[in-house]
Amino acid sequence: MSEWEPKIVAFLCNWCSYGGADLAGVSRLQYPANIRIIRVPCTGRVNPKFILAALRHGVDGVWVSGCHPGDCHYIEGNYYARRKFGLLKGLLEHMGIEPGRIHFSWISSAEATKFAETARAVVEKVKAIGPARHFIKRQAEVA
Amino acid sequence: MYAYTDRIREIARRLLSEDRVDLVIGYRKGTVPFMNEPFAARTPEQADRLWWDSFCGANLANYLPRRTDRVGIVVKGCDSRNVVVQILENQIPRDKLFIIGAPCKGMLDRRRIAAELGGKDALVAEEKNGRVLVQGRGFEVDLDRGAFLQENCSICIHRNPVIYDELAADLVEEQSGVDRYADVRQVEAMTSESRWEYFEELIRPCIRCYACRNACPQCYCPTCFVDESAPQWVGKTLDPTDTRTFHFLRAYHLAGRCTDCGACERACPVGIKVRQFTKKLEKDVKELYGYEVGLSLEERPPLDTFKPGDPESFIM
Repeated sequence: MSEWEPKIVAFLCNWCSYGGADLAGVSRLQYPANIRIIRVPCTGRVNPKFILAALRHGVDGVWVSGCHPGDCHYIEGNYYARRKFGLLKGLLEHMGIEPGRIHFSWISSAEATKFAETARAVVEKVKAIGPARHFIKRQAEVA
Repeated sequence: MYAYTDRIREIARRLLSEDRVDLVIGYRKGTVPFMNEPFAARTPEQADRLWWDSFCGANLANYLPRRTDRVGIVVKGCDSRNVVVQILENQIPRDKLFIIGAPCKGMLDRRRIAAELGGKDALVAEEKNGRVLVQGRGFEVDLDRGAFLQENCSICIHRNPVIYDELAADLVEEQSGVDRYADVRQVEAMTSESRWEYFEELIRPCIRCYACRNACPQCYCPTCFVDESAPQWVGKTLDPTDTRTFHFLRAYHLAGRCTDCGACERACPVGIKVRQFTKKLEKDVKELYGYEVGLSLEERPPLDTFKPGDPESFIM
């Protein structure tokens, strides 16, 4: 068995961070392959339930990334998201989720280097805490 | 306390006979001690069945969302803040409401009193001058009212209704120098692992009856997330992860909306301190966004607005 590799779900906004990831790809920038990208229209679209659902399915980390404040395609979606995530992260960590599992960032579609760097940082932090242990819903075994 | 009852009845009678409201939602004396029931008076005669004492903990704002008739309602300080939230969230128009404010000195916790009685059955509870006289078969206990307050009442800083059309009594003095978040800070000081354990222990007795949700005046979604099946956000079993998910999402739905009225904790049949979840959010909302729930009809709820300079230290 090779060394454990974390699974990380990344919710990337269509207009900025997804573009950033795309640019990182065409620019042949290297970043770890632990990230599973889910494209969303805006970080404002990310319902806290999505993050919970990801944790329940056993992901080791969650990363949400969108446009810089002021650059939202929908003018203010990320401002609302920022408040939502601040409280969400606070409560999750209050309840015992390790700091370092849930990440948020602002990455524009021109910031391919920042995308690759942040991806590396997220993977590193999740690796440091180890595999997810909490909030995982073990599916009933079917005979 | 009994002066409140007279005054509430008088106001209700007047409102109903002048046809200014269709009904007055208040309390009537419960059939067992320490538990008053919600009661809707629809005729001036029924107004005489309204009641008030220190066991009116139930939050009547729960009966307001999506009503179309003209309602008179008796509210304590916390309830009035719930009414403000419901008006802000367009659940009930202000002009359909006649709010009877009841300045509150804290409601009594029936569980604390029952524990003090040590299993003896109380038949009558009477209040006088800050004392509670409890009588049962062959015993009589005289209790100090202040020692048996509901936990949320003992740290309450908004005892007076923030919105009302008429008052049932003079405004009371607000408590000062209250540390509202001592218990939250205590949990915050623990390590991740012991916090996880703390909440695991806290919700272990949960039977997922959803009483906390049903008692909450802010839980009025037409379809609750626990009832959704596609996608199913939370399983319907007693699996600890499902229970945890339920409590997490229930609390999170109350972010910036909870007034700490204590209805959830009061309703819990197994005595879980469910306010431990919502209080963390209350603290964060206050510290991060400087917002206290339900104090003003002018200010938008914290998750419905933003400031360009909101704190973002958590962002990489």
